[in-house]
Amino acid sequence: MSAAWNDAEATDIVRRHKSKEGALLPILHDLQAAFGCVSPAAIRLVAHELNLTRAEVHGVVSFYHDFREQPAGTHVLKVCRAEACQSMNGEKVAEAMLKRFGVNWGDTTPDGHLTVEATYCLGLCSCAPSAMLDGQPMARLTPESIDEIAREVGR
Amino acid sequence: MIRIFVPRDAAARAVGADKVAAAVEAEAKRLGQDLQLVRTGSRGLFWLEPMLEVETPQGRIAFGPVTAKDVPALFAAQFGATHPLHLGKPEEIPFLKRQTRITFARCGIVDPLSIADYRAHGGYLGLAKARSLGAAGTVEEVTKSGLRGRGGAGFPTGIKWKTVADTAADRKYIVCNADEGDSGTYDDRMIMEGDPFALIEGMTIAGFAVGATKGYVYIRSEYPDAIRTMERAVSLAEAEGLLGEAAGFEIEIRVGAGAYVCGEETALLDSLEGKRGQVRAKPPLPAHKGLFGKPTVINNLVSLATVPAILADGAKHYADLGMGRSRGTMPIQIAGNVKQGGLFEAAFGLTLGQIVDEIGGGTHSGRPARAVQVGGPLGAYFPRALFDTPFDYEAFAAKDGLIGHGGVVVFDDTVDMAHQARFALEFCAIESCGKCTPCRIGSTRGVETMDKVMRGERAEANLALIEDLCQTLKFGSLCALGGFTPYPVMSAIKHFPEDFKRPPLRVAAE
Repeated sequence: MSAAWNDAEATDIVRRHKSKEGALLPILHDLQAAFGCVSPAAIRLVAHELNLTRAEVHGVVSFYHDFREQPAGTHVLKVCRAEACQSMNGEKVAEAMLKRFGVNWGDTTPDGHLTVEATYCLGLCSCAPSAMLDGQPMARLTPESIDEIAREVGR
Repeated sequence: MIRIFVPRDAAARAVGADKVAAAVEAEAKRLGQDLQLVRTGSRGLFWLEPMLEVETPQGRIAFGPVTAKDVPALFAAQFGATHPLHLGKPEEIPFLKRQTRITFARCGIVDPLSIADYRAHGGYLGLAKARSLGAAGTVEEVTKSGLRGRGGAGFPTGIKWKTVADTAADRKYIVCNADEGDSGTYDDRMIMEGDPFALIEGMTIAGFAVGATKGYVYIRSEYPDAIRTMERAVSLAEAEGLLGEAAGFEIEIRVGAGAYVCGEETALLDSLEGKRGQVRAKPPLPAHKGLFGKPTVINNLVSLATVPAILADGAKHYADLGMGRSRGTMPIQIAGNVKQGGLFEAAFGLTLGQIVDEIGGGTHSGRPARAVQVGGPLGAYFPRALFDTPFDYEAFAAKDGLIGHGGVVVFDDTVDMAHQARFALEFCAIESCGKCTPCRIGSTRGVETMDKVMRGERAEANLALIEDLCQTLKFGSLCALGGFTPYPVMSAIKHFPEDFKRPPLRVAAE
């Protein structure tokens, strides 16, 4: 679970990495892990600590698909939409998932339980179709797997 | 005591390997049996995962695909040949027996986090050999092996190393590209999870050969298991003095952030520097001005992980395998709608038909294989008529395709090739770094135009427009993302024209 924004803790994270070459990505990853997203407050702090402009930091944050400006749901389901999974009916399974949870790609359920995101390859291509729930890989998905996922996220 | 091996590979875990491992531990405890459970990498026979192996006086015996429910019965049968999941010796399974494993010699066999195990299976012999040959001799040996970049571009590794070795600088870097984003590929992931010290040794050798003291492994964030294993392996190597100040070479693991384009080498370097992952114009080459403007060897993970074996066994042993200018072995990753999907390392030269029909056993669905995409999302779709193409950099290029990072994705006859062509353009639009116009704008215009074709709107004229657009993408883009997107698009149009002739859609009355 991510904590509420805390300036001191965030400063600690930044300073832990500051001396590294090209420290920005490790810093952003750790800030997001701690606080659930890279908020405007985080951008302001990082810019100040690394002597960058806020625009430069924002440019990096917005470039990468991983960084969020809003926290995700309690659970994050990443569903692969790439070719190997397409060849094994992945699109149909994915559509059924979106329907089951009543969301679109990138959305979070209204109760904040689950965010469903598209991803392009998890490297599980010989066991397609695949997904990742809170960092745990799942493969050979079938429409029945959706109920299993629903149980895991308590929906 | 009984020794049992269960993979920790992410794909094996995705189909229940952790549950199998837990069941093994629980059953051994219940029976009061002394157990040593080793979590290995995967052998790469994914249709048999989770594949459990047990040590016997005759060698290891495999069972698969095993579920947690099967475990008590396996113990009850004393892991004998009578159990229905009995596969015999893994090395005798035809899929494995036909392979020539060099890069993957240890994967699935050793405990990935045991340096002792790594050494017992030939680890660190390559580095010792490199030291005896000297830096220049090592570069020479890698050049002689004929090893070419396994990321897809196929540039000779030895020449890249020599360029960096010959460039004077106060600091040089070794960068491992482990941003394996191509759909249908997973061999980088398998090495990181199953034999991480091979990469560490390979990077150490590269550092020694070119005079670099610092290495980075840039791993995509979609691979949390690989990140964990690599980080652990680096600290184990540091604890043994194999990495760090005393060893004269250090390695840092860096994690990507979900941008496919960062697999392009110059975008990766910008990302490592903490910037947007945008492609740089070349020249300067990274070998002259790479990471932080310093001479940099940036190699694909498989290239680096193959170097220790090349040095240990000699360049000739490696160069004797293969065909034409494609020397050595290629880890082919068979994926998608295929019966026997998995990692197949073999000398270059197998035909696509052999790979799909013989080794892969045809489609998983049992329907006819209609199209095969080789080389990831930027690779061409090949029809059955091209199944005689040998797996070789030049042979694929001659048929307007590429082998890329070695991924082979099989589609059965339910595939809609217009949909696949549209997806290639859509993917390019999603992942474009935005630096060059053909890729940034052309991809989106391509999707719109393909939508018109699919709606049956002036199909012929719009297909001509797409062809023209593909010319612009191919010759006007800065990197392979825009430059190669025409491969899947044009191959689909060329080889499967029937899928692009669609009747005009009637506007549905809602």
